[in-house]
Amino acid sequence: MVVPTPQVTDKYRGVWVFAEQRDGKIKASAYELLGKGREIANALKTELCAVCFGYNVTNKNSLVAAGADKVYVIDDSALKDNNEDIYTAELVQLVRQYKPEIVLSGATALGRSFIPRVASALKTGLSADGTGLDVDPEKGWLLQTKPAFGGNIMAVIICPERRPQMATVRPRVFKARPFDKTRQGTVIKVDFNKESVTSKTRLLSFLDDITDKVKIEDADIIVAGGRGLGKADNFRMIEELAKVMGAAVGATRPPVDEGWTTYAHQIGQTGKTVSPKLYIACGISGAVQHTAGITTSDVIVAINNDPEAPIFEVATYGIVGDLFKVVPLLIRKVQSP
Amino acid sequence: MNIVVCLKQVPATTEVKIDPQTNTLIREGIKNVVNPYDTYALEEAIRLKERFGGIVTVISMGPPQAEQMLREAIASGADQAYLLSDRAFAGADTLATSYTLSLAITRKINECDLVVCGRQSVDGDTGQVSPQLAQTLAYSFVSYVDNIEDISEGKIRVRRMIEEGHEIIEAFLPAVISVVKGINVPRLPSLRGIMRAKNAAIPVLNAQSLDADPQMIGLNGSATKVVRIFSPERVCRGEKLPGDAEAQVDCLITKLRESGII
Amino acid sequence: MRNLVHRIAEERILPVRAELDEKEEFPRALINDLAASDLFRIFVPEEYDGMGGGCFDLCLVVEELSRVCSGVAVSFAASGLGSFAIRQFGSEEQKRKYLPDVAAGNKLTAFALTEATAGSDAAALKATADKVSGGYVLNGTKQFITNAREADIYTVIALTNKTKGSRGASSFIVEKNTPGFSFGKKEHKMGIRASVTGELIFQNCFVPESNLIGKEGMGFIQVLRTLDWSRPGIGAQAVGVAQGALEASVEYAKQRVQFDHPIIALPVVQNKLADMAIKVEAARALVYAAARTVDSGAKQISEESSMAKVFASDVAMEVTTNAVQIFGGAGYMRDYPVEKMMRDAKVTQIYEGANDTLRSNIAGEVRKRGGKRN
Repeated sequence: MVVPTPQVTDKYRGVWVFAEQRDGKIKASAYELLGKGREIANALKTELCAVCFGYNVTNKNSLVAAGADKVYVIDDSALKDNNEDIYTAELVQLVRQYKPEIVLSGATALGRSFIPRVASALKTGLSADGTGLDVDPEKGWLLQTKPAFGGNIMAVIICPERRPQMATVRPRVFKARPFDKTRQGTVIKVDFNKESVTSKTRLLSFLDDITDKVKIEDADIIVAGGRGLGKADNFRMIEELAKVMGAAVGATRPPVDEGWTTYAHQIGQTGKTVSPKLYIACGISGAVQHTAGITTSDVIVAINNDPEAPIFEVATYGIVGDLFKVVPLLIRKVQSP
Repeated sequence: MNIVVCLKQVPATTEVKIDPQTNTLIREGIKNVVNPYDTYALEEAIRLKERFGGIVTVISMGPPQAEQMLREAIASGADQAYLLSDRAFAGADTLATSYTLSLAITRKINECDLVVCGRQSVDGDTGQVSPQLAQTLAYSFVSYVDNIEDISEGKIRVRRMIEEGHEIIEAFLPAVISVVKGINVPRLPSLRGIMRAKNAAIPVLNAQSLDADPQMIGLNGSATKVVRIFSPERVCRGEKLPGDAEAQVDCLITKLRESGII
Repeated sequence: MRNLVHRIAEERILPVRAELDEKEEFPRALINDLAASDLFRIFVPEEYDGMGGGCFDLCLVVEELSRVCSGVAVSFAASGLGSFAIRQFGSEEQKRKYLPDVAAGNKLTAFALTEATAGSDAAALKATADKVSGGYVLNGTKQFITNAREADIYTVIALTNKTKGSRGASSFIVEKNTPGFSFGKKEHKMGIRASVTGELIFQNCFVPESNLIGKEGMGFIQVLRTLDWSRPGIGAQAVGVAQGALEASVEYAKQRVQFDHPIIALPVVQNKLADMAIKVEAARALVYAAARTVDSGAKQISEESSMAKVFASDVAMEVTTNAVQIFGGAGYMRDYPVEKMMRDAKVTQIYEGANDTLRSNIAGEVRKRGGKRN
């Protein structure tokens, strides 16, 4: 089937946010995007809509309180597992029907997996993992700023001719607006015909195997250790500091390669990208492959005994010193009032 | 099993700089390597071949020098390779790239059960080519795969990483999967492989031989455009805290408490 | 091929060499990596699953491995040494039985000549092989054998005739786990600590007739040929470790600042580096020339291969010692790689023909031809 390439026409209006949920609970990324989305919709003098797929999703009205004028909902047991085939098909159909000019989603595992498929089906442009969004109201352009080359270069991307302009956005970069319960908005139940979509994939089981109390992607505070720790036993110190601060544990590549901790904790170009409020880098030199994963953190603290270490260039606060003295002190003092 | 692996050649270091005069990337003196995530994809494909039998074909859309990378892939165990190269392919975004790659699979390779890709390239960092390729081919798609459990009866069962943990997913073949680091440790080439690779013919497929729609490749086929690139400002006060360890820690805790972070 | 070995050395061996040295741990995983890359095939003929290379190829591989870790290089090279007799003098059945596994890297080999009383004076060996029905019974102890316990196939030299001196020696293939064949102490060495060196004990160890290599009494000639063939390999090992030391010295001298300048700016350091580089080049040239001579099938190879080994090993000792000197205090510390290189280099002056013995041999040759050109 030949799909016509969507072109810019006045018919494409509205800013959409894909509100991701899991097990019925709406994720923080939805509210963050609605916060920014509201700004963009206002600049374009158009409406902001949230799209929410799931099963037994609670608190859909919160999306209105967070800024949405409309909320398109598909709530069905077939969507219990966040099936990407169904999400792709349904979002494509909704976009074709209502023609939004902009569609935003969080750059989460789900977002980065199914949104590209939607863009491909719609033959439109998608830009990934953005750290900044701007709008040119005259031209109706969304300008997305995103890191490339592991964060060494920032690029500004537009989708000038095709619609909708799509973007996935790095979580925790934007802040949600405070909920305004007085906001008016409509929640629209979308017709969903189970039979119409045949999925090619099936979830067999979910392994709840991340034993950390605090997950790295959600953490406000991350304590990370690098090669400077020297050996596996010393990594326990990082875990201890994380524990007393209620933080998640992170690592650069050498500790993972050496087996001091697992790949799930690796932060950087070949690991995870994080945006905590506070990132404490212990014994980390700050090679660009690592710092690529932390540049959108609010505050970065570096502890390293080499004053020339590149980590000090990205750190907000630097402690030049022996981490084997500093970290235990920090563990002790952060617990006392 | 017929397995296709997509490889991309990227700059050897991501420490690329922008020429302040022309505002473009400085590419001289920078070596090219195979995208690290793609090495895991290739290794996984070769292991699947060893486990289930079949053929591994590697493809890459790139400039002529990408041929060396394909040859090295053969030295590591791939059976054959195609280089998709044409000026008309240049300037492609992920939409145009995935279209071009799909043509190689549907028009040249024909028999394909599984396409294995790396999760993203370390220059573009989008991770969009593999899902868009799957969509274009109408194959199943599973991303962030860190273990392939089994392939049987026309289905593949994999373990994939999400933020909350792991999912075990079963997908119908043909499928596209993107793999992450940690799925395997890529092997080094063997001498016999190197000999074989030296003599291997690597056909170059251009827009014409793929019968590509000129509106869907390269710049024409790209929906997104880069309007500007710049070096990120290192926004940091970069304050080095004074004193001995005790003083430094006290100072830090005070500052963090003041700004309400802890 | 050199690039492949260089990569393996940098990616797989470099990260673990300090630990292997510290723990005296045999690099089994690395040996498997070398096998997977077909490197053991280079010294086995094609008809036995090899790639038909020769001494020259072996030297290329050994040099690149030794540049990063001599211990790993020796473990590899010793398998070439241990299988030489089978390749060169073995019967068709023996070759077909043993060489494919050697080529695949499934089985390592070892060369068992040295005894407590027979080092440089190899002819003074005491191990015996008494003829019995169907084969031979071996008795005796071998000392300082590389790859002891790790190898599966051993080329063992023993006396089949105690009255004829060295002409009474024969070579046998003995497999690990043969009853009567056991291992004694594992040596703790100054250097090449990743390589395992140990004692072999034969107590009424029966080996079948089919395990005799060639004919009775041919043992010593086989030994001499074996050592002639393998000496350039030791030379390559020496060149490799010297090369590694040279590179490390240059890198260090470029960034070590004393008296306001990197020390590479000092003439005294520059002279050292120049001399080191000159000697490494000269040693390399001599080693590969000898390797080519060996591969050419020429009859007289002893003198050339001995010269290459003597010169290269002396160069390695000098270059690695100078490297430690250039590093200064840091060079003495185990955190830096050069003290290991110096410890590793020393053995190349000692084994496979102690340099003193070889000089003596060379002097004999020189005298014979009146010092004239060869």
